[in-house]
Amino acid sequence: MSAIGGEFRVRGAAAHAGVFGWLRANLFSSPANAALTLVCILAIAWIAPPLIRFLFLDAVWSGEGRDACLASIAQPHPGACWAFVRVWFSYFVYGSYPMGERWRVDLFFLALALGVVWLSWLSAPRRDVGAGYFFIALPILSFVLLHGAPLIGLAVVPTALWGGVLVTVVVAAIGMVFSLPLGILLALARRSDMPVVRLFAVAFIEFVRGVPLITVLFMASVMLPLFVPERLAPDKLLRALIGVALFASAYMAEVVRGGLVAVSRGQYEAARALGLTYWRMMGLVILPQALGVTLPNIVNTFIGLFKDTTLVFVVGIFDFLRTIEAARADPKWTAPTTTVTGYVVAALFYFVCCYGMSRYARSVEARLARAGRR
Amino acid sequence: MQQRSDHSGAGAPQADVAVEVVGLHKWYGDFYVLRDINLKVARGERIVICGPSGGGKSTLLRCINRLEDWQRGRVIVDGVELTEDPKRILTVRRDVGMVFQHFNLFPHLTVLENCTLAPIWVRHMPKREAEALAMTYLVRVKIPDQVHKYPARLSGGQQQRVAIARALCMNPNIMLFDEPTSALDPEMKKEVLDTMVELAADGITMLVVSHEMGFARQVADRVIFMDDGQVVEVNEPKNFFDQPQHERTRMFLKQILN
Ligand SMILES: Nc1ncnc2c1ncn2[C@@H]1O[C@H](COP(=O)(O)OP(=O)(O)O)[C@@H](O)[C@H]1O
Ligand SMILES: [Mg+2]
Repeated sequence: MSAIGGEFRVRGAAAHAGVFGWLRANLFSSPANAALTLVCILAIAWIAPPLIRFLFLDAVWSGEGRDACLASIAQPHPGACWAFVRVWFSYFVYGSYPMGERWRVDLFFLALALGVVWLSWLSAPRRDVGAGYFFIALPILSFVLLHGAPLIGLAVVPTALWGGVLVTVVVAAIGMVFSLPLGILLALARRSDMPVVRLFAVAFIEFVRGVPLITVLFMASVMLPLFVPERLAPDKLLRALIGVALFASAYMAEVVRGGLVAVSRGQYEAARALGLTYWRMMGLVILPQALGVTLPNIVNTFIGLFKDTTLVFVVGIFDFLRTIEAARADPKWTAPTTTVTGYVVAALFYFVCCYGMSRYARSVEARLARAGRR
Repeated sequence: MQQRSDHSGAGAPQADVAVEVVGLHKWYGDFYVLRDINLKVARGERIVICGPSGGGKSTLLRCINRLEDWQRGRVIVDGVELTEDPKRILTVRRDVGMVFQHFNLFPHLTVLENCTLAPIWVRHMPKREAEALAMTYLVRVKIPDQVHKYPARLSGGQQQRVAIARALCMNPNIMLFDEPTSALDPEMKKEVLDTMVELAADGITMLVVSHEMGFARQVADRVIFMDDGQVVEVNEPKNFFDQPQHERTRMFLKQILN
């Protein structure tokens, strides 16, 4: 009798107070859940206030040098030194790219954004044109814009001057754009009937996977000049780009292979029985399924690659993180808080980019599921 | 004694032969799966192949469009002898439709796209034309109102009918069916078998691996019994069921009729 009454009361409460009902159902549904909720609340209460104080309340928003961010009588515990970020911001974005030419970088960012949106928005118009733009027009346009083309009046900007977000984006984009097709080819080669092809693929994949990216970068930048005269050796950034692309493609090959394994033998047989050639079978039947299945892993690899781009600093390339490092070493800005602030900016940048990729992958998965294809 | 099947096709001019299998031997490693198969199928003929599981029925069928290769013997399909030559293999596959036990529809494509894929990419047909063609076959297999769904949304019987339509869209001269109904519930079996009976009435050459004895009686010109990698008996359906020649056939029939 009382049990029934109790249940009735609970239901009544849930119906009358939506917020409390929700809390009860989601955060306090069992003793263990309630305990976890309490622990989380305590943790937030412990971390959040000092963080908010540091980042916002005590933060220094403007100033021309370290003095603004040092402890003083007026400000015994100065917070984040946003003044530092403000002054150095354009360096973080463009590196040492010449002032007068930075519009070219802006234009590149715009062109890239257009391509990314066009391709990633699944119901965008004319996505085939979008793919052509992204994979053919955009690389050429980017090269002309960033590197320069004296013929049409764009001065050449040596890559040694490139830096910041620009370099991070270029390295990541090149890595992604090349690693996927190369990885697919390697994965197919690894499953090929031809022993020589298979052996090459296995050797390449296993060698690259057995070596840290740092080693690949060192090899690309230090060992290459041993064989090729420095004068003829490709540009330093280009060497790093090749290293990153090859490195990422070995990992991508294994990811794609996982997807290929998930496609049943019957799919190959049906495609072959219809008279499709090997490449059509792969391109139209097998790969779309394999890549769909393994999409989360592909995005994971992209996210890893994006963060790995920070390693190009070991061969003297000024990527985004390296520009922050350089800026915080500036004696004009030496203050206890500038370093932390710089790293907060870096963390925020990498987090926003990686989280964005991750969310996008989820939404595509959900869309595939809704379409009833899984 | 090996029963040779040439007898019923004897004297037929070569142009009327759809499939000819001569002295076919195949091993999977050490396992001797096809032992001296000889078979001549006339154009328009309907053959039902039955026999216990593991007897090599699927393997034989899959040799006819070279999904499997073999160690000894010859297979000639519509006058084209199958060799290593990829061109010949593709020529034969374009001419031979196949329907599988587990449908093997492409799950990432809609029903209509499943049907237009090969006409567009193998026959280089314009998309509109391919869609019109696909629609005529989808109407024939009675799926006209589901063409924009993905296969996973259809019942097994519907999926198998789409698979038949997909194969027909290549306008094949020969259709191979490998246990097309054995993955289906009884009521769905019927809708697929009805489709196949209609197809048989059109005069297309059919080789069907099936244990549907009603279908065999109704449609088959000849029934082949395979066991242990050998063709044990070839007979007209009436004789096959009513007075089988071989003890093994009798045993098998007794088993499946119970
Ligand atoms: N790829 C393969 N490798 C090794 N053995 C196989 C393979 N495919 C089939 N077999 C074997 O060959 C025999 C005949 O198979 P199958 O032609 O599928 O028989 P059926 O269709 O008559 O049931 C079976 O014993 C099976 O285990
Ligand atoms: Mg079988």
